Amino acid sequence: MKKLVPKHPLAIRWMHWINFPVLFVMIWSGMLIYWANDVFKIHLGHNIIFSFFPDGFYKTLHLSRRLAEGMAFHFIFMWVFFLNGLAYVLYTLFSGEWRYLFPNKHSFKEAWQVLLHDLHIRKHSRRSTSASLVDGSDSARSGAPPQGKFNGAQKIAYTGIIVMGLGSVLTGLAIYKPIQFQWLCLCFGGYAAARIIHFILTLLYCIFFLVHVFQVILAGWNNFRAMVTGWEVVNIAPPPVVVATATVPAPLAAAPTAPTPAPSTPIEPPLTTPISDPVAPPPPPVDHPQTPSHE
Amino acid sequence: MNNKAHTPPSGSNPAPISPRPTFRDRLRKAMGHSDDLSIQKQINRRTFISFSAFFLLGAAAWKSWFWIKDAAQSDGVQAPLRKGLNINEKILKPTLSPNHLAKTYPTSQAARNVRPNGNIGTHAQGFDPSTWQLEVATLDRGVLTIGIDELKQLPKTEFAFEFKCIEGWSQVSWWGGVKFSDFIHHYGLEREAALTYVGLSTPDDKYYVGIDTPSALHPQTLLCYEMTGQPLPPEHGAPLRLIIPVKYGVKNLKRIGKIFFSNDRPRDYWFERGYDYYCGL
Repeated sequence: MKKLVPKHPLAIRWMHWINFPVLFVMIWSGMLIYWANDVFKIHLGHNIIFSFFPDGFYKTLHLSRRLAEGMAFHFIFMWVFFLNGLAYVLYTLFSGEWRYLFPNKHSFKEAWQVLLHDLHIRKHSRRSTSASLVDGSDSARSGAPPQGKFNGAQKIAYTGIIVMGLGSVLTGLAIYKPIQFQWLCLCFGGYAAARIIHFILTLLYCIFFLVHVFQVILAGWNNFRAMVTGWEVVNIAPPPVVVATATVPAPLAAAPTAPTPAPSTPIEPPLTTPISDPVAPPPPPVDHPQTPSHE
Repeated sequence: MNNKAHTPPSGSNPAPISPRPTFRDRLRKAMGHSDDLSIQKQINRRTFISFSAFFLLGAAAWKSWFWIKDAAQSDGVQAPLRKGLNINEKILKPTLSPNHLAKTYPTSQAARNVRPNGNIGTHAQGFDPSTWQLEVATLDRGVLTIGIDELKQLPKTEFAFEFKCIEGWSQVSWWGGVKFSDFIHHYGLEREAALTYVGLSTPDDKYYVGIDTPSALHPQTLLCYEMTGQPLPPEHGAPLRLIIPVKYGVKNLKRIGKIFFSNDRPRDYWFERGYDYYCGL
């Protein structure tokens, strides 16, 4: 039997989908800025392994000679990026959502299992590890003990990306106002070092983005839809069939947790008056000494 | 034992439930929130409604993006972005403090090959440094003309700091000259310096910058005539250039010809080409 189960709160969905284009604009305008002094390279000794970025890259994406435009976009969308991120952190803190997102001592072991599974190194049932990086609902479906919305790998990734966001904001401020916030700049090892950290964080966003999208595709439609609609469709076991006899009132039969009465004891009436079935006559008041008090 | 739950709801005759659904019921049903619908219908309707809203908002975002990107230019950049840059200036200007000094380095750490980068306003042929004079527009004393030797009589300040170019590179370099604030006081320009902006330009007016006066009066702002302990070379703006550590290199005008003061923003070469006016660090 299918059931709609709430997954992502409205606020988190808004912030997620605001962040997506804004982060895109930040990375794009960042590349317009980086073009003006594109000195970062990966060295191995004196051998350059990769130079950020090849000419063809700038040419294809039309990134050349647009420094002013890049700075303008970057220094305006930075506010949206920052405020949206701040709102997200405050929301998760005050709503209690952080409990689903913040890694605990089990998360790292679990994340390792998820990683091994996703890389097809260990053949685990998806259900037992709730393996996919984005689909944490499998455990609910398989009846495994509930572990919250996200598995260990997700918790680490989704908390890590917030730490990265904070890193981008702080290194960004250090680069933006290196004298007025000189202490901050020095915390990151100086102006040039802050630029490198800012750049590396951007590369990590791109990697995060690729893995994230890949995992979303693997996890499937139900998982993706939840990020838009807020709920997920979950298969639940149908309620146990209770054979109703003529003397058993209908509402009792519908309550699966009601204890089966012993043959000698009178039938225990429901303790609350059912309002869902207006046709059923109200049960006669019985004041049996064995009826447990629920007050 | 009195179990209240066993008594029927208030009144012996419960009101019959109206078979006509209310507007709210119908709305909930249309939105897929009603339990009367089959689960698949609920899923379909709620998915459709959420995704419609999602795509509408996405389309609005897409439209806004092009509204910004294709907006009319204001001084070399899209007008909404220009507005944003000016707001940034208002927000971040208060962080400027004369107590926030750029970190200084031992002069031994200063670069020997100092990068000159731009040459606009300094490549004109026929410029004669020996006849050069600085022109300072005053409020009521006309134009003061000041020779380089006169400036060298004033107390010299020198330091090495990390010069930062708007392109993104930085270099520790060593500069010497007269503090701009010393210059103001020596020539009695306090009333002029009470205005909001200082404007500077090369003798040929090919390059020009505007600087907010608090930045110009920052204790590390120099009218500079020495670099790396030597007289300023021509490509670095001999005989006199501006060194202003709290701004990007673009504001560090080489070969200063004229200085004036104004409450309006003086024109600025790179501002006209889409850059932020303030450029404060």
